[in-house]
Amino acid sequence: MKVTRRQFLMFSGVTAATFAVVDLGFNLGATAAEVGESRIKNVTPAPTVCPYCASGCGLLVYSERDAEGKFVKLLSVEGDPDNINNRGGACSKGAAIFNLREIYDEETGEQKVNPKRVATPLYRAPGSEKWEEKDWDWILDEVAKRVKETRDKSFIHKETVTAKVKNADGTETETQLEMIVNRTERIAAMGGSPMDNEECYLESKLMRALGVVYLETQARLCHSSTVAGLAPSFGRGAMTNSIPDLKNTDCALIMGSNCAENHPVTWRWLHKARDERGAVMIHVDPRYTRTSAVCDIYAPMRSGTDIAFIGGMVKYILDNELYHKDYVLAYTNASFLVADGYDFNPEDGLFSGYDAANRKYDTTTWDYQYGEDKLPLKDPTLTHPRCVFQLMKKHFERYDIDTVCAITGTPKHDYLKVLEAFCATGKPDKTGTILYAMGITQHTVGSQNVRAFTLVQLLLGNMGRPGGGVNALRGENNVQGATDHALLFHIIPGYITSPTNAPAHKDLFSFIKKETPGAGKLPATNWDELLEALHAGIPNSGFRVNTSKWVVSMLKAWWGDAATRENDYAYHYLPKRDEKKNYSHIAMFEAMYNGDIDGLFIFGGNPVVGGPNANKEQVALTKLKWLVVVDLWLHETADFWSYKAWERPVENDKVPKLGPKDIQTEVFFLPACGVYEKEGTASQTGRMIQYRWKNADPVGESKPDLWIIDQLAKRIKKLYEGSTKPQDEPIVHLTWGPYGEGEEPEPTLVALEINGYYGKFEEHKPVAKFADLKDDGSTACGNWIICGSMTTKEDGSLDYKPKWRDNSDPSGLGIHPKWGWCWPVNRRILYNRCSVQPDGVTPWPGDEGRMLIHWDPTAVADPATGALGKWVGPDVPDFNATLAPTAPGGTNPFIMRPEGKGCFFAVGAGMKEGPFPEHYEPWETPVASNLMNKTMLNPAVKVWEPDKQGKPEEYPIVGTTYRVVEHWQTGALTRNLPWLAELVPNMFVELSEELAKAKGIKNGDDVIISTTRGDVKAVAMVTKRFKPLTVQGKLVHEVGLVWCFGYKGYATGDPANRLTAHIGDANTMIPEYKAWLCDVRRA
Amino acid sequence: MAKLTKLIDVSKCTACRGCQVACKNWNQNPATIEPFKGYLQTHKDTNAETFTIVKMDEYVDPAMGLRWLFRKHGCFHCENPACLEVCPRQAYSKNEWGATVHNPERCIGCQYCTYACPWHVPKYLKREDIVRKCTLCANRVDAGLEKGTFKDYPLENWPEGGTSGPEPAFGPARELATFVPACVKTCPAGALSFGERERQIQKALERVQVLRARGFVEANVYGLDQMGGLNVMYVLQYRPETYGLPAQPKPMGQVAFWQNIVKPYAGWLIPVALGTSVISFFTTRLLGAGKDLHGHGHEEGGEE
Repeated sequence: MKVTRRQFLMFSGVTAATFAVVDLGFNLGATAAEVGESRIKNVTPAPTVCPYCASGCGLLVYSERDAEGKFVKLLSVEGDPDNINNRGGACSKGAAIFNLREIYDEETGEQKVNPKRVATPLYRAPGSEKWEEKDWDWILDEVAKRVKETRDKSFIHKETVTAKVKNADGTETETQLEMIVNRTERIAAMGGSPMDNEECYLESKLMRALGVVYLETQARLCHSSTVAGLAPSFGRGAMTNSIPDLKNTDCALIMGSNCAENHPVTWRWLHKARDERGAVMIHVDPRYTRTSAVCDIYAPMRSGTDIAFIGGMVKYILDNELYHKDYVLAYTNASFLVADGYDFNPEDGLFSGYDAANRKYDTTTWDYQYGEDKLPLKDPTLTHPRCVFQLMKKHFERYDIDTVCAITGTPKHDYLKVLEAFCATGKPDKTGTILYAMGITQHTVGSQNVRAFTLVQLLLGNMGRPGGGVNALRGENNVQGATDHALLFHIIPGYITSPTNAPAHKDLFSFIKKETPGAGKLPATNWDELLEALHAGIPNSGFRVNTSKWVVSMLKAWWGDAATRENDYAYHYLPKRDEKKNYSHIAMFEAMYNGDIDGLFIFGGNPVVGGPNANKEQVALTKLKWLVVVDLWLHETADFWSYKAWERPVENDKVPKLGPKDIQTEVFFLPACGVYEKEGTASQTGRMIQYRWKNADPVGESKPDLWIIDQLAKRIKKLYEGSTKPQDEPIVHLTWGPYGEGEEPEPTLVALEINGYYGKFEEHKPVAKFADLKDDGSTACGNWIICGSMTTKEDGSLDYKPKWRDNSDPSGLGIHPKWGWCWPVNRRILYNRCSVQPDGVTPWPGDEGRMLIHWDPTAVADPATGALGKWVGPDVPDFNATLAPTAPGGTNPFIMRPEGKGCFFAVGAGMKEGPFPEHYEPWETPVASNLMNKTMLNPAVKVWEPDKQGKPEEYPIVGTTYRVVEHWQTGALTRNLPWLAELVPNMFVELSEELAKAKGIKNGDDVIISTTRGDVKAVAMVTKRFKPLTVQGKLVHEVGLVWCFGYKGYATGDPANRLTAHIGDANTMIPEYKAWLCDVRRA
Repeated sequence: MAKLTKLIDVSKCTACRGCQVACKNWNQNPATIEPFKGYLQTHKDTNAETFTIVKMDEYVDPAMGLRWLFRKHGCFHCENPACLEVCPRQAYSKNEWGATVHNPERCIGCQYCTYACPWHVPKYLKREDIVRKCTLCANRVDAGLEKGTFKDYPLENWPEGGTSGPEPAFGPARELATFVPACVKTCPAGALSFGERERQIQKALERVQVLRARGFVEANVYGLDQMGGLNVMYVLQYRPETYGLPAQPKPMGQVAFWQNIVKPYAGWLIPVALGTSVISFFTTRLLGAGKDLHGHGHEEGGEE
């Protein structure tokens, strides 16, 4: 008889009793018998980066391997203690990432592969009720065929457009112009933000070569308004500081962000700032959240009233002279004089140049007054009535505290606390940071919300300094990278406007002239003259004077030898979108709904849950001929045709009830592998690119997206092989590595192309920095902002800097210059010229410890010539490294702005609805009037569905959406992980005790929430944390819905976005997810 | 050797629940999914496969207004643990640095420990007919002690290093920061620390002064002397009762009786006279410890 250890102990009970004293607390032996040995004690892990939010937390993957080194199973996945962002930390999502590949069975406790992962390619035939398993060859070839078929049938090679030519007498003559436009509008692609940089770049390159103009990524839906709102103020659209830099702040204004939940690691550094610097933490949000719980000040506000709130802050700073005077004078455009034509009418809330019929502005009057040297005129006394400072003062004079609080519903004493605490950072020795996310961006005034922050931060002198900044907390691990690589219709890689069919874009010469600031006024009539003038430098252009180098180098990277001086470096191969059309997310789905799109690629994305007006977007998918979904999971979008996908909690004649037989869309499901089953890089929210190593085999036949895109490109190129049609040239001549010799492309070689190289690609000669890029065809560079991320080591091998893992921080300011790599040229804090006084050597009074760079007149600038004087310091200067403070432009810290200054006043077409932010109500608002002016809705917004506007009489409650720390985005990557499903297992709606009482709803009840777009069911979560607010003297209720749910996965519920509307911001069409009207009742 | 203590500073907790998941990851525990009932704190209490949870309570501070209080809850690793006192099978022991560890191979699933523990921490797992609870990640900590790399966590002056090269290189932090309890390591906000008890107590007392200066006049350290001293201590902003914690926890039921009368004989009495299944029946029925002890004792503060 076999005696187990347990039985043995049973039978030897007497012995146990004799030695009971040993068991009573004096067992000095190792605990191995009780708890086993640590299974990672001697295992070397591989580092990766968390695939959820964009904080960029490092994770270590521990795996078991057999004697031959073959992967067996995961042992543990946990935080990476070396990583500069998280120091080993991981929130619930990061800590659950083991479940991405493997789980412990709920019944047996056994470790096994997550059964929700898709292991083989799948195909759903038109009208079919089921998936069929397919092999990769078949599915890739079929997709390639669909692409060719649709492209060829719908391709627009040339187009005749109308050009206006100015005559000598000032009149205009219209002429017809034939342009090569090389586009198809019947293929669309979306997604990409969960992918690696190398994957995003190749997707961008392939899709553009195919002529795709409906090209979108998640950035459109989350932070597109950030880019639009920041660029007119600072020159760039990215988060300005870093995650570890938060420790340097004296005050954090967290507004429209629930960072304790959605970017949990920020609190590691915010706590540090509070403990070590006495920093004050402020949370402004309609709901009291887990962020509010750890803040010092909490102020509630009604969703969609941010400009009123911030505008009041601008007025408070100006009225009480709390601004950082020297900073404002030296580093901003406060002293610039504005053109006489500019005007604002506070009565109707409209700026000069409004065209009511077309709901848009003629922005020509929104400009400076220029002197004879073509530079803007200034008044350093800031007293001239036409100077920016005085105009700003006048604009915001209506934003007094009482009016603001009547609009926002914020109790006055709370608002005052916020004003006092944050505006104290205007003192020269203090800095304050603003942290924000979707609560700010997802509004019809999203871009202006963001811009309002820039006004405050410039006034308080908080830009370009440690502990300051306007910090857009980005929500997907590589949404920054997807944006950088321009998975967005309106730009090409590196934030250059994508070409349109406008005559001004008809050839490379015209395009560069138009898109280089200040170049339009140059007398150049041909390419050579233009380049000569640009290379000589033009006033008022900023660093963008180099646009020609960036564009030519990109064209060389894409079309190699086929891009020559003679053929405009193949500029005409780039698709030219219709300048009159919008191709953003909402527009894409409107077109799809109307049957104008045949094929759609989704690389990681789930619009049936995440898209605005999700009911409509689901119907839109049924109009497609084919859909390609690349993902780890069969999410709600992949299965949009199934019976279950059309179940609704209540009958609604506005929402069709379809089934598989009604839906003729072919669906191709291409299983992608998970983040630590492949290699590549991701750009976190602070623009830092980090490498992710592989330490597990892909599940089943799943593949890296890089392999999938590479295969598609190769197969499509094969189909076009030998074609002599001019319209096929962009594909036939498209360079495509080869990215390595194996079957799987090497991310580092794709990165070489992104970084830029000299000569032939195969020679592997990286360009060292973007200043070395040329516009004569001698350099190729896929994306100029990433140039400098790669060098050659002494042994000749490529050194890809995102792999750097030296976490030393000599300055102690959290710069960590050798951890990963940051664009541009490894600058960690943007606009850091502002961290020192204009003379370049004196720190701001009392702030000696936080100077990021300074001018050293004795440092050798150029060893070759022996020239002296350069900028030195802990950070890489975000400035011309050898430009002396006394030289022209030597005090212009915002190098990407033509005027070199931070801009309170946005010139030209920078902002679609005005040079200053102005409060307008959300499209759906509970109030009958706008207290600031007579215009209710942002006057430059396009209204897609006027019949779908909910009115307060029928829908009196404000609705908003949000996420929780436990679920991420559409939930595909969290609801399929049991450990996260456990934490928040179902969809819920959060409402106040007051509203619950009024509606007879108890905590835990099922509730129906309705808007004009549809209805959802959710479990009621009644809390003290959500309070009704007094707005314009009337009580306004608000409810919040978690938007991460759908019917698939371990955690289920209705998608909240069935309620949200197809309406977007005037600048970027980011949907207004965060403020709409609804009604709530018991189910 | 010196005792090692986990300190939970509730004033820094953001309730991200990383600890709850990291605990599952390390202890290889499956998810226990229950339907959503209207509380973000989904589980009312810990269970046999969820050794730690974050309790969330709304509280109206008379001066500051609404507060949302978070408290990571799990085994306290008492110096005088009731579970150890009452276990008829001597399944519990204190290891040399203070963890109360449970040997599943000795456990017979009688759950008297569950009943006796003031917080009912040990929980019954039907599948294996044993109780289970937090181990204070004794095997992680032991690995660090054996390697000689153990240091108080968080590391003072976080050690820097690593290389700027193509291969993944690790700095000194990995060895030093990995072999601590999984919850401590994972806490993104830095609310959890782990180290030598006297230093932890010092740190806790200093933190209380900081919190009091910030207006939390009731701030206190919990675990200095409760149950002989807790090796999982709290810095609390409010009185323990506000978090549903007994100010002076006591073992439940007739622990003294059990400890002094029954247990000395249990070694021979139970296996010889009754046998496994009968004991289980005896202890569960006669002593009133039901199989599901979740609701036993007082309600812990209401989850939200």
